[in-house]
Amino acid sequence: MLTKRIIPCLDIKNGRVVKGTNFEGLKDVDDPVTLAAYYNESGADELVFYDITASAEGRALFTDVLTDVAKEIFIPLTVGGSINSVEDFDRVLKCGADKVSVNTGAIKDPSLIKKAAQKYGNQCVVLSMDVKRVDGKFAVFARGGRDNTGLDAIEWAKHGEQNGAGELVLNSIDTDGVKEGFDLEMLKAICDVVRIPVIASGGAGKKEHFSELFKAVPGVDAGLAASIFHRKELAIKELKEYLRDEGIPVRL
Amino acid sequence: MIAIVDYGVGNLFSLSASLKHLGLESTVTGDEAVIRRVEKLILPGVGAFGDAVQKLKDAGLFSLLQQEAQTGKPILGICLGMQLLFEKSREYGEHEGLSLIPGEVCPLSADIPEGMKVPHMGWNSLRIVKDDPLLKYVKQGEYMYFVHSFYAKNCAESLLADAEYSVFVPALVRKGSVWGAQFHPEKSGTAGLSILKAFGELPC
Repeated sequence: MLTKRIIPCLDIKNGRVVKGTNFEGLKDVDDPVTLAAYYNESGADELVFYDITASAEGRALFTDVLTDVAKEIFIPLTVGGSINSVEDFDRVLKCGADKVSVNTGAIKDPSLIKKAAQKYGNQCVVLSMDVKRVDGKFAVFARGGRDNTGLDAIEWAKHGEQNGAGELVLNSIDTDGVKEGFDLEMLKAICDVVRIPVIASGGAGKKEHFSELFKAVPGVDAGLAASIFHRKELAIKELKEYLRDEGIPVRL
Repeated sequence: MIAIVDYGVGNLFSLSASLKHLGLESTVTGDEAVIRRVEKLILPGVGAFGDAVQKLKDAGLFSLLQQEAQTGKPILGICLGMQLLFEKSREYGEHEGLSLIPGEVCPLSADIPEGMKVPHMGWNSLRIVKDDPLLKYVKQGEYMYFVHSFYAKNCAESLLADAEYSVFVPALVRKGSVWGAQFHPEKSGTAGLSILKAFGELPC
């Protein structure tokens, strides 16, 4: 039976993990390789690396780190952040990424998804969308949630699937950081129109939010979170044991 | 020495890294002489079946792989590399495969309920139906990472293990010295690596 996936997301700037990381016995670790190994050991089903570096120098550090992690971690690794061209896909895939996540890059160049899917296969292309309610509709935002693109989220998700995205990451700007649960309404609305796997992101504050997510929106395949895992508010193993007891299939 | 057959499809980084991690000597190559010389072959692959067959043919590897299989050299096909081992595929038209294992490759979407996702992506548990040296470290029900939209059919006699996705998806198959894994052992954590380890330990 296919399991629901739990995915920690690591934001990386200039080769280091940003956001406080405070594990027991692993205090204030900001080395991506150490953290990735920790998550791998503790039962993460996949890892996502976001490159939030601004400089070219930092970007080179990022690809070095990526290679170091990919050499040691034998679970799927998705990489996102500043992916604007097929060349960017090539750069991170060569360094050990398994999937590449595009967001603003796909909005700037709507043919990017198709070009990348044709070259690397659908399974490699993840469309990440930052979604926010505007006038009672779900709108797609770009540049880390700063600009309203005017794109309708439902239509953009369909566009992604039709052009060859193999997976969707749906980030809710409305629930992100609030820690009061995932954006079930938005997730449901988009899951209803696509047949590719969907990863939910934004709003996880406690383990109950994950069971609520998987029960309320069966179309969601995975839950992604950052701070709740980094700050050790919730251990992945504990979360998965809880989900198993709630009747949700997980890999333990 | 294991040769990872390079014919221009997919990302060979993880496969190469996982063999290295296991202490298995490997090389990524499309060179005929090397492929003939090594003890074992791994045929990777992602993407479309027809395109992959064409690339194998263009690289002069299609008949070479068939000849190498004839000699009894252990071969492991992974994901699309597994699908290529069958007789034919119905992926965007009909294409002839390497015909090393009886069976065909068909779209999942036609055989599973409307509401189920394609690709079949994520961790699914193995149902082992037959003992095999490649499964010697793998427990019944262990999870492997799958990502595919097409699957093998009519290959019951070669089946070692499958995974349930409303239909039973052949996950590991074998005919003689030729094995195929639909999942990615190199992306399936410790359980997946143990399959590559067992492949490395096969006598040749």
